[in-house]
Amino acid sequence: MAEITMVEAVTLALGRALEDDPSVVLMGEDIGPNGGVFRATLGLSEKFGTNRVIDTPLAETMIAGLAVGMAAQGMRPVIEAQFMGFIYPMVDHMISHAGRMRNRTRGRMSCPMVLRAPFGGGIHAPEHHSESTEAIFAHMPGVRVVIPSSPSRAYGLLLAAIRDPDPVVFLEPKRIYRLNKENIEDDGEEYPLDVCYVLRDGTDITLVTWGAMVKETLEAADALAEKGISAEVIDVATISPLDTETILESVAKTHRCVIVHEAARHGGMGAEIAAQLADAGIYDLHAPVKRVTGYDTVMPLYQLEKQYLPSVARILHAVNEVMEVS
Amino acid sequence: MSTVATFEIRYRQFLDESGNLADDAPALATDFDQLIELYRLMVRTRQFDSKAINLQRTGKLGTYASSLGHEAIHVGIGSAMRAEDSFAPMYREYGAMFYRGVKMEEVLHYWGGDERGSDFSGPKHDFPICVPIATQCLHAAGAAMAFKLRGEDRAAVSIVGDGGSSKGDFLEALNAASAFDLPAVFVIANNQWAISVPRSRQSGAKTLAQKGLAGGLPSIQVDGNDIIAVRWAMETALHRARQGKGASLVEAITYRLSDHTTADDARRYREQDEVDRAWEREPLKRLRAWLEKNDAWSEEKEIALLEECKQSINAAVDAYFTRDKQPVSAIFDYMYAALPHDLEAQKAYAEEMANG
Repeated sequence: MAEITMVEAVTLALGRALEDDPSVVLMGEDIGPNGGVFRATLGLSEKFGTNRVIDTPLAETMIAGLAVGMAAQGMRPVIEAQFMGFIYPMVDHMISHAGRMRNRTRGRMSCPMVLRAPFGGGIHAPEHHSESTEAIFAHMPGVRVVIPSSPSRAYGLLLAAIRDPDPVVFLEPKRIYRLNKENIEDDGEEYPLDVCYVLRDGTDITLVTWGAMVKETLEAADALAEKGISAEVIDVATISPLDTETILESVAKTHRCVIVHEAARHGGMGAEIAAQLADAGIYDLHAPVKRVTGYDTVMPLYQLEKQYLPSVARILHAVNEVMEVS
Repeated sequence: MSTVATFEIRYRQFLDESGNLADDAPALATDFDQLIELYRLMVRTRQFDSKAINLQRTGKLGTYASSLGHEAIHVGIGSAMRAEDSFAPMYREYGAMFYRGVKMEEVLHYWGGDERGSDFSGPKHDFPICVPIATQCLHAAGAAMAFKLRGEDRAAVSIVGDGGSSKGDFLEALNAASAFDLPAVFVIANNQWAISVPRSRQSGAKTLAQKGLAGGLPSIQVDGNDIIAVRWAMETALHRARQGKGASLVEAITYRLSDHTTADDARRYREQDEVDRAWEREPLKRLRAWLEKNDAWSEEKEIALLEECKQSINAAVDAYFTRDKQPVSAIFDYMYAALPHDLEAQKAYAEEMANG
């Protein structure tokens, strides 16, 4: 048992997976002796060797394509895109192959691979290092998209992702990589995929979020509690496939919902959740569903990034709007 | 200024278009039993191809990509590989797939819009047909990576067209294969046309084989209409891969005698003269001439073979026509190892709507 940060929990889970399963290999740029630019693979190449923790040529399409080929031959590659801004050359292999292989071969071949990438803003990073484009992957049939929001969920969900028989895009909100520490036992216990995590029970409004925005959303819930408003906070965790049931159940109880995500609003996962609520929860709702999101603009460079990212104040503003509807 | 490295691309042909054999031809050239086996599959592949096009023209098959003119490359690849190797095709390599055990009806299922065609009788570790261009090269490299990491005595083979050789996936696969010393062989089937774009427009490079040199691989050009040369190049490259010496690139020069697919009309963009000249170099004629010159083949045998092909192809077509249809649930059942909860509702809805 040790008090560790989320990025250390990622390292711990990767080490556990390497230890437990000889078919697991890590591949990426600078993940070897350098330990990854965020140190997510720190010490793993020394411990498991360069045949298990593999530094690759600088070619993202290649990394994804190799992983598809390896996974189809029974390995479990865990590949890293150094930043989500560099993930786009991998998209073709994810959508055209990884997510389709099982279906198009009628189960003869599959792609049990994980694509990890740090994502999101708020760390004063250079251009192309701060976007949240998870919706691109959430739109891909056959590909799971999993986003942890705490050290324990990073450990448990990453282990589940690696052991999952289908491809998983595992997006790590880098702003909270070192936000807080939790006691985590390296017991190999996984957390279930495809389910939302209700982080706080409430009765007056449901706040739905994931990734780094869990932090601001919980802070907003604290502020609401002081005003006597009881907010239920849901960490979606697996944004695709979506556990709509948990969200619908919560809204059936609270009758109000605000969705918070860092990504741009248009075509984002918030739109899908709002549509599901409109479809199956409309009679439970006492107020419109509001979204607090990044703007439908290019992610600004870091001087303005705080203005772009949803804040506690923006969440509270949306909640007030929703609560005013009687 | 000093020269730090020099490179050359060698070209190899053993059997010319008139059926004349080079003096230094490998043993295969006089192993007539084996040559006949290859010839028979080349003929069957061509007959199958013709049948498939007819099925498409009469509305009984979807869009189909012909292999006409590529038979020496495809059968050459198939016959050089071992069952335990992995093949990552593009979408017209039926000669290789048949050699490796894929049934003709399975190819018809695929182009007939039935995914079960890719759950084929060939090796279970062979990749399915790959429509996005050149991505299969990286999958072969990945397979080779898996074989190497597991210490298995296996190799992976992929094939791409002259058009596909322009793609990053192809170049990144070559680069990966050399960076990791992978047991892989990449083949460019240079058939001169990427749909309507000629070879000259794909690249200013004098050969496509030299792209392999840039990636650090031994690279050679062969006459892709000469199955003896294709087989020799594949055996050489596979031997090298199995010895742990890494990957190779083979550029096989041929000509796409057909349209790109049945949805294409090549008359729109190329001259008939060029196609007529290409027919003189096609792969079956020269092999038959060589076999007949050595009394290993005859008109009677040819007629018997064509009859045999007709029967087996008709049987395959029957199997294609008479297979039970997939239920609607098949859309959902193979998406994931276990169907996610949200998809269960969609599946139930699809079944209800299909039945209603």
